[in-house]
Amino acid sequence: MSLDIWMRENPLTYVWIGSYAVAFAIFAVEIAMVVHKRKITLQQVRLMREASEED
Amino acid sequence: MAINWFKYSAPTTFYPLAGKLIPWFAVSSAILFAIGLYIGFVVAPADATQGEFYRIIFIHVPSSIISMLLYMVMAGYAALGLIFNTRLSSMMASAIAPTGALFAFISLWTGALWGKPMWGAWWVWDARLTSELILLFLYLGFISLHASIDDPRRADRASALLAIVGSVNVPIIYFSVKWWNTLHQGSTIKYSGTSMHVAMQQAMFTMLAACWLYAIVIALTRVRSIILDREKNTKWINELDEVRS
Repeated sequence: MSLDIWMRENPLTYVWIGSYAVAFAIFAVEIAMVVHKRKITLQQVRLMREASEED
Repeated sequence: MAINWFKYSAPTTFYPLAGKLIPWFAVSSAILFAIGLYIGFVVAPADATQGEFYRIIFIHVPSSIISMLLYMVMAGYAALGLIFNTRLSSMMASAIAPTGALFAFISLWTGALWGKPMWGAWWVWDARLTSELILLFLYLGFISLHASIDDPRRADRASALLAIVGSVNVPIIYFSVKWWNTLHQGSTIKYSGTSMHVAMQQAMFTMLAACWLYAIVIALTRVRSIILDREKNTKWINELDEVRS
């Protein structure tokens, strides 16, 4: 009930925090995960290459 | 000058091309997000009946459209991989699925946020909402099925079948508001025209383009990691500058 009153009094804050902030936080997490995955994969490939060169 | 597009269907040629395209798409996406948010929150007027709450439309509608579009693109790539046995197509399908799932989630989340002040409920078992939820489950099913099979080529084939069968859900989502008497509103923009204010249309289409470019950037970055991982034993990967440095 209190949320109903709050959202009616602060519609723009509700819209921003509830939808846009959440959406952009999800995008930020996805970007971080994709960048991290690329770093890890590159490291693995480099290690494999170094190992094969030592052999 | 004709471009031989088939040349880019091989991971060896696609990998460097994707690397060159990513920064351009990323910058364009960021600029479009900024423009879309500015028009949506500063230029576009408040709605006559929904007041400020309608501004959720600028993230809700683009994320819904992108979630459906990405599924069709993913199913298309999966079908290409299944029929022609092209490695890159299957890799693209795998790269698109997580982003599609996130857009489906954002669509459902923002829809719930919009539903509460307008309908008085976060969720109703409406045809449009339910079919979009099924889309999210299809994405999750595709990702889970692919991850559960160790051999990547077998995983590609199994998950491709799920993607192709699941594509029947996309037209159901789109036409659900016409086929059934739903609480969810019908299309505001039609071929015959629209009653939307021009600034609202500009904000929505700008945000749609921004989301589409964002999805391309993420899919290309992810597919580069997949290519690196799957082709790590090949000579061309070991000769890449980023691997040698």
